[in-house]
Amino acid sequence: MKLTRDEVESIAHLARLGISSAEVPAYVDNLSRIIDFVQQLEQSDTEGVTPMAHPLEMTQPLREDVVTEKDQRALYQENAKAVDAGLYLVPRVIE
Amino acid sequence: MHAMSLARISRALSAGEFSSEELVSHLLERIGRLDGELNAFITVTGEAALAAARAADQARGRGDAGPLCGVPIAHKDIFCTAGVRTSCGSRMLDDFVSPYDATVVERLREAGVVMLGKTNMDEFAMGSSNETSFYGPVRNPWDTARVPGGSSGGSAAAVAARLVPGATGTDTGGSIRQPAALAGITGIKPTYGRISRYGMIAFASSLDQAGTLTQTAEDAALMLGAMSGHDPRDSTSVDAPVPDYLEALDAPLEGVRIGLVEEFMGAGLDAANAAAVEEALKVLEGLGAQLQRISLPSIGLSVPAYYVVAPAECSSNLSRFDGVRFGYRADSPRDLEDLYKRSRGEGFGAEVKRRIMTGTYVLSAGYYDAYYLKAQRVRQLIAADFRRAFEQVDVIVGPTTPTAAFEIGAKTDDPVTMYLNDIYTIGVNLAGLPGLSAPCGFVDGLPVGLQIVGRAFDEGRILNVAHRFQQETDWHARAPGGAFA
Repeated sequence: MKLTRDEVESIAHLARLGISSAEVPAYVDNLSRIIDFVQQLEQSDTEGVTPMAHPLEMTQPLREDVVTEKDQRALYQENAKAVDAGLYLVPRVIE
Repeated sequence: MHAMSLARISRALSAGEFSSEELVSHLLERIGRLDGELNAFITVTGEAALAAARAADQARGRGDAGPLCGVPIAHKDIFCTAGVRTSCGSRMLDDFVSPYDATVVERLREAGVVMLGKTNMDEFAMGSSNETSFYGPVRNPWDTARVPGGSSGGSAAAVAARLVPGATGTDTGGSIRQPAALAGITGIKPTYGRISRYGMIAFASSLDQAGTLTQTAEDAALMLGAMSGHDPRDSTSVDAPVPDYLEALDAPLEGVRIGLVEEFMGAGLDAANAAAVEEALKVLEGLGAQLQRISLPSIGLSVPAYYVVAPAECSSNLSRFDGVRFGYRADSPRDLEDLYKRSRGEGFGAEVKRRIMTGTYVLSAGYYDAYYLKAQRVRQLIAADFRRAFEQVDVIVGPTTPTAAFEIGAKTDDPVTMYLNDIYTIGVNLAGLPGLSAPCGFVDGLPVGLQIVGRAFDEGRILNVAHRFQQETDWHARAPGGAFA
C-alpha cells in the first residue's frame, strides 16, 4: 500500500511531529514499506481469537488510594527549560 | 584483570587478589584509551566510580560484602541514574539529569556494584545496529567496520572488548540477545515482569524487559539475582519469589528435552551460522539432553505483529516528550503547537519519528481494528505456539540471528531489512518468555549466538543449559585481539 503525501503529513500532525517538506518523500517511502510489510498479518486466520491484553494473562494489582509520593517539584523542575514561580512556561494560549 | 569474568572478579575480590579500586582504575584507563574507537560509552562516571570502589573495599574490609560488592558494571543509558545524565541515546534527553534512580540501578548499587558509566544505545532503544544513536554508531570490537547489534550495542561492545565485565541492557524485540550474539557474549532477557521497569525509559511497555550482558551464564545468574523481584512501583512487576539462579547452574542435563525450531533453520539463515548452531546442539546432546524438532507455525508473523504493537505503544509512550517539563525545547516557538511540533521534530531522530508515525497510523480512527487488534490476535497465536511446544520440550533453541555482524551502513536504507534482523528473537517478547543468547562459534572471524528460550519464569533452566554448554566449550571465553587484548 502506498501512503500519500497528505496522509503522511496528517499522521505527522496527529503525532505533533514537525517534519520539513523536504523530508516528506522519504517518510512516504519508508512508512509505505512498513505498512506493506505489516499487512502480511491479514493472511492469518484469527477468527474467534481474543486480542492479547497481557502476555502472561496477569491482571493489574490494586492499591490503597493514598498519596505515596512526596512533593519534589523543585527537583523535577530542574530539568525544565522555562519555569517561573514553580510553574512551567509555554507560549500564550489564551489571547 | 580485565579479561576475567564477573564471577571470577567476584571471587578475586573476595580472596583479596586485588582491590575494587585497583580494578576500577585499570578499567577506567582502558575505557579512556580504547573507547574512542568503539564509542560504547555516552557518559563515563570515573570519579564517582573510584569513590564507590573505595567504599566497597572498606565494606569488604569490615566483612560486610556480598558477591557483587566492588564489582564494576555499566548501565545502558535507558536506566535513570540520579544526578547523572540519562540520554536514552537521544538529542531529546541530551541534557536530562534524572532526579531519581531506576529500581535496577538502586538494587545493583545496594548489592555493592560500582557503576563505571552509561552505555550507548539506539535512540530510545529503537534499532538493531546501534546506528540510530544521537551519539553516533557503536563499533564492534571484533571488526570495527561492523555494528555490534542493538539496541544495547554499547553494553555489548563494552563487555566484549573487556572494558567492563557486565552491563545492563533492555530487550523489547531482541535488544539484549541480538547484540550479545553479534559481540560474542552472553545476554539474557528474563520473563516479562521478572525485573522492575521503574525508571527504565519506556519504549513498548508490554514488551520491554531489563536484563544483562556478560561473558558467561554464571555472570548473568549473579547479576539477575540482584536485579529481579517484585517492585510496587511497576504495576506489571510480578510478585513471585526469585529462585537462587546460581544454585540451578550445575544441574545435569540428562533427560532435558530440547526443541529445535524448524522454522528458524530454513531460508534466510546463513549456512555457516546454521552449522555453528548444529554443532552446539551436538554438545548439548553429548551432555545427555534429548533433542527434537518442534514447530511454531505462526512464528513467521512475529515481525509484522511486532511492528504494529511496538510502534503503537511507542507513539503513546513518547507523547510525554512535549518540550515543556523536561527534554529538548525548540527555540522561540510561535505558539503551543509549534513548541510541540518543533521540539519533537528536532529532538527525535528519523527512526524514532518513523515508529511514532507508524504507531499513530495503526492506532488512528478506521485502522485500529485492522492493524492493532489484528496484531494482538496474532500475538495470541504466537504465544499459543510456544505453549504447545513447551508441552513437549523443556527449552527451545535455535540461532539468535540470521547472520553474524553486518557492516555499518549496510542496512540503513530500508527499515524493513533492518527489522528482519530480529526475526528469531521478537516472538519471545511477544509471548513474554525468557530468552538467552550464548556464543556458539564464529563465522569468518565474527561471533554468532545460540538462542535458548524457556517457559515463563524458568530463567534458572535456560541459565543452566547455557552454563553447562559453557563448561564444555570456550566460545564465551574468546575475546577480540589487537588493541583490545
